[in-house]
Amino acid sequence: MTKFIDLTLSGVSSGAIYAAVALALVLIWRATRIVNFAQGAMLMITTYIGSELITSTGSYVIGFLAALAGGLVLGAVVERALMRPVENKPELNAVIVTLGLYTFLVALAGIIWGDTPRPFPAAFSILGYDVGGTHVLFAPNDTFIVLVVVALAIGLGALFRFTDFGLRLRAAAFNSEVAELLGVRVGRMFTAGWGLAALTGAIAGVLVAPSVFLSPNSFDPILISGFVAAVLGGLDSPPGALVGAAVLGLVLSYVGGYEGTELVPMAALVVLVIVLLIRPTGLFPVSKGRRV
Amino acid sequence: MLRLERLTTDYGAVRALNEVSLEVQPGSVTAVLGANGAGKTTLLRTVSGLVRPTAGQVSFDEVDITRTPVAEIVRRGLAHVPEGRGVIGELTVEENLRLGGLHNKSGAAKPKEIYGMFPALEERRSQPASRLSGGERQMLSIGRALIARPKALLLDEPSLGLAPRIVGPIMGFVRHAVDTLGLAVLLVEQNATSALSVADRGVVLNLGRVVADQPPKALLEDEQLRHHYLGF
Amino acid sequence: MSSLAAVARPGGAVRGSTLVRSLGLVIGLAVVLVLVTDALGSYQQLQLAQGAYYFAALAGLTVLIGLSGKISLGHGAFMAVGAYTVMLLVGQGWALLPAVAAAAIVSAAIGIPVGIAASRLEGPYLAGATLAFAVGLPALADRFPSLLGGANGLTINPPAVPSFLGANVSLEQWQAWIGCAGALVALFGLYNLVHSGVGRSLRATRDDEIAAALCGLDVARQQTLAFVVSASCAGLAGGLYAAVLNLASPGAFPLTLSLSLLTGVVVGGLGSLAGAAWGAAILVLLPSWTNSLAHSLSLGTNAQGNLPFAIYGLVLIGLMLAWPSGIQGGLGALMRYMSNKRRRG
Repeated sequence: MTKFIDLTLSGVSSGAIYAAVALALVLIWRATRIVNFAQGAMLMITTYIGSELITSTGSYVIGFLAALAGGLVLGAVVERALMRPVENKPELNAVIVTLGLYTFLVALAGIIWGDTPRPFPAAFSILGYDVGGTHVLFAPNDTFIVLVVVALAIGLGALFRFTDFGLRLRAAAFNSEVAELLGVRVGRMFTAGWGLAALTGAIAGVLVAPSVFLSPNSFDPILISGFVAAVLGGLDSPPGALVGAAVLGLVLSYVGGYEGTELVPMAALVVLVIVLLIRPTGLFPVSKGRRV
Repeated sequence: MLRLERLTTDYGAVRALNEVSLEVQPGSVTAVLGANGAGKTTLLRTVSGLVRPTAGQVSFDEVDITRTPVAEIVRRGLAHVPEGRGVIGELTVEENLRLGGLHNKSGAAKPKEIYGMFPALEERRSQPASRLSGGERQMLSIGRALIARPKALLLDEPSLGLAPRIVGPIMGFVRHAVDTLGLAVLLVEQNATSALSVADRGVVLNLGRVVADQPPKALLEDEQLRHHYLGF
Repeated sequence: MSSLAAVARPGGAVRGSTLVRSLGLVIGLAVVLVLVTDALGSYQQLQLAQGAYYFAALAGLTVLIGLSGKISLGHGAFMAVGAYTVMLLVGQGWALLPAVAAAAIVSAAIGIPVGIAASRLEGPYLAGATLAFAVGLPALADRFPSLLGGANGLTINPPAVPSFLGANVSLEQWQAWIGCAGALVALFGLYNLVHSGVGRSLRATRDDEIAAALCGLDVARQQTLAFVVSASCAGLAGGLYAAVLNLASPGAFPLTLSLSLLTGVVVGGLGSLAGAAWGAAILVLLPSWTNSLAHSLSLGTNAQGNLPFAIYGLVLIGLMLAWPSGIQGGLGALMRYMSNKRRRG
């Protein structure tokens, strides 16, 4: 029974991470109709940036903020320089550009920082709570992770629903031509969308780094899980991404715990395929294509 | 206010606009008429910058806007209600209206004022715009265009898909807005009679060329022209 | 020689002239390759063999993407399937040739369910699913460590050079021949596929699925077929890999392999068999070129291992932004330009 509780709790914690990555993917998809396969690599780079600053300044907070700022800048630069030229081209082109970016960033990180995994500090204790005498595999740091992601989701939701900026972002995403005709500088909105998404991803990276260690490829499984979570929820739906991430976090936790961790990537694939075969556009599709 | 000089637009090998020249004065409506494929929609899209012309010039308020980006043209005070109305279905009615005024926050009207013009919209203010009927969408898109207090307005086939009894009031509203606000309006229409009933000038396009540019009365009296290009 | 030069012709699945033409092409290439291998040193023989198995994988992938418009990021996993199949069968006492053939067949079999799923998925969903496949499948080796050798993988003895060839043919040359033979088989099969009625239907489906379906084309079946054929080629490539390198481990088939294959296909020119040859050459030559570069610049081992991939990444991005049609597309454009000049001049 304790094992089940442990697995459930750790599933919640990993689900929170997947949620952050899924939100990043959904943000970019909604804005520019591109799946950013380089998201995992981008958040890896920002986590390295955070790591460097934590080491040089000794402060977790500064490192955390540096990673976020790095994400904002990286996302904006990538959109403006690399994605803008392919936003109106066939889908395949954009997919290949993001894959090229992924390949390049992973190799770059290997060149700069080497392939050896390095540790990354956690914000809070990673020793599990003691609940009524039993030791649970859920620690203060996990609470921190869940709280940060929930705050992030609420913050993004509020940004989109209640601010003028959010309204412009949504308009640009739903119908870029009409948005232009209403004076929205759509290009800037896309850049901002990518910046926000990369910032979201950067948060996921910093939160998960303590448990997966930091190396050029250590975030690949997170990208895949985040992608599966986003697809589960329907690439157009942020709330769907949260639900999908929670479900996936639990499922993968149980599979890993009861069957073995080497089956986890395959399990993610199986979940993905099952969902896509039932609903090729995800469980909570929002809009049926674009309106003119 | 709005001047087009020898505007030429190509879509690949097809010449959609061929040396079109016309002028729209403030406080007036110029109707652009012609059959399907005559180039009317291309004309509006070239003026608002969605499409770049091959040759010619567009000036707005004496400023050359031929190569200006769309959003900048709109921010200068030119509003374009596109074909099909361009209502963003995923946003609510109120959000659509607010969106229209965002680029001119200080000078824009409040949604309240638009509801004053179109009471039917107020009932549906929190509903997604996709739930509106054709006529309501037309009101929304015009209201959304006017909320930023533009100086010029491009209207692309406002009567399309609307029940005939709504067309008259919409046109009447356009005329009223022009008279009270001093707008310069370029009105593209297939429904020539309703357009000419509110226009100060009528321009007829055929295969991208201007074949007539006259006051409405003269156009309506020219039987040959009417038969050939306007289908009645 | 552009594989997309197929002109719509009436008639059955594969016309006689296509078969003859492809046979002639393959035999001609075989002769050339045998002559070439006589002139090469043993390291270069190895590189030729590597180029051969890359070609098999790339040719299948480029036909899949170029012809049916479906992307796969999982072909590295199919190579793993092929390699492990050969490892297991040879370990059981099978001869090399049947084992490699079996590798192609097993991959084709696994390609069926994957292809069926792929035919129902679009763009980024397909990319993501095949990506998960590429990461998930090799991880299974850890699940059955006794059978599949776990992280260390499996090894076999190098294939023995047949006695009738005598002492003139070294092991490396024999392995180069094996590789080239496999590559030519793949070329033969794909050439005929591309120029057949099936090839035409695939292109029609790629360009407009709805129109093709309205014409009575079984869209899903065509796309599944294309996927199975390309998976089979990747499996063949994996089998050749096993024959040449005599080793298969999960670490030999990481995600980056699938992405390298994608790079090779894009650089060479999507949909072009000649492009697959260019891509294969680059996948073999670039790493050794960057290794020399890293040596001469005295970069550390970090840089050495990663430099080829950094360049692949930049190349992928740069090509997509500036030159999406790759080498073969560039050559095609150049030839058209020159023939236009000749006509006008």
